Amino acid sequence: MALFSLPGIKISGISAAVPKNREFTAGYKWISARERESLVKNIGVETRRVAMKGTTTSDLCVAAAGKLLDELQWDRAEIELLIFVSQSRDYLVPTTACIVQDRLGLPHSCMAMDIGLGCSGYVYGLSVIGSMMQTGTIKKALLMVGDISTLTTCYRDKSTYPLFGDVGTVTALEYDRDAPKMHFNLQTDGAGYKALMIKDGGARNVMSRKSFEIKKIGKGIYRSRLHLELDGIEVFNFTLREVVPNIKKLLSFSCESLPAIDFVVFHQANRLINETLRKMLKLETEKVPYSIREFGNTSGASVPLTMIAALKEPLATGRKKLLLSAFGVGLSWGSAIVETDRICIPDLIDYDG
Amino acid sequence: MNIEEFIKHIEAEFDDLKPGILKADSNFRETFEWNSINALILIAMVKTEYDVTLSADDLIKSKTVKDIYSLIENRIS
Repeated sequence: MALFSLPGIKISGISAAVPKNREFTAGYKWISARERESLVKNIGVETRRVAMKGTTTSDLCVAAAGKLLDELQWDRAEIELLIFVSQSRDYLVPTTACIVQDRLGLPHSCMAMDIGLGCSGYVYGLSVIGSMMQTGTIKKALLMVGDISTLTTCYRDKSTYPLFGDVGTVTALEYDRDAPKMHFNLQTDGAGYKALMIKDGGARNVMSRKSFEIKKIGKGIYRSRLHLELDGIEVFNFTLREVVPNIKKLLSFSCESLPAIDFVVFHQANRLINETLRKMLKLETEKVPYSIREFGNTSGASVPLTMIAALKEPLATGRKKLLLSAFGVGLSWGSAIVETDRICIPDLIDYDG
Repeated sequence: MNIEEFIKHIEAEFDDLKPGILKADSNFRETFEWNSINALILIAMVKTEYDVTLSADDLIKSKTVKDIYSLIENRIS
């Protein structure tokens, strides 16, 4: 069982960059005014950041990292580990993390690699980077998590287009013998892989002329095989079935309880899912921050973005115990309990590229 | 639990649905606007109130409020 604890790892800073360009649900003319209203009220997205063509996830992550390293006053030569978690890489080949190592001016002694996860990416990324730092040999590391999801949604698909927003985040981690343990519970069910997928363009279905044909799937839903497809009810039921037991198992494993947790930061799937989870766990509204209204569903980066957008003040000034829970594409899900102490959080960057 | 209580829960979730209009034998797709978001709202309510999961298939096969209610009743017992 992927249920484990990692001592000695401290989150020193978190930073994010979002494209300056905004789109508003109120301006989404593909659906009726009534549907737009229902979307804002139930799915919870009022506005989203949408990258201009040519901007990549790594551009956003590099901008966020530059500012964070400056504010932390970290020497780039000391960073020995870089992990880039994304489903929107710069190229099919090579690995984006290699390019980022050079762009950020990190040393050649830095190991760098990508992890191809979406919604669950932040929790998974933290666990991988934390595990690699266990020996204390690697003292400083960067975890980049981000996605430009808007590139692969079709305007005429009401089930995806108005939901997703773009962001790149970076988390700076440090080896610290006295840091409280982080606890993780990570899970997978690949039988559900079709619930969220892009069918063509990989090795299974090589891209062909057919991949570009836009077809009608249902009412208000048109897309090609290169667009993201999302089975809303399937994902919804998966989440309601798996997330609460996953969290409860983590709590009992780590001898923690919900009243002792300051904030529960959920992946920003949609408001209805998250509110249902909140009610199932009987959590007060003050304990469950949101960023979906302003930024939409920002894939794997939604957990750190919510920490920055909604919890900057408490996280920057004090000691807090957080439960992070993320779930989705894969299907892959997991939760983590993390204690933070005065995290360096620079202002959100509006990326004008 | 009873079906009146189930109908009250549905009425509480859907603002446009005036109380008293929805009956046990109402075709829910015709009585109020039916779309994928409303399907999610119904699934969420049933999960929170009864701890029962409704699948897409369950909804496709159901026609009336009572059809859904029977599914829930069967899965609780």
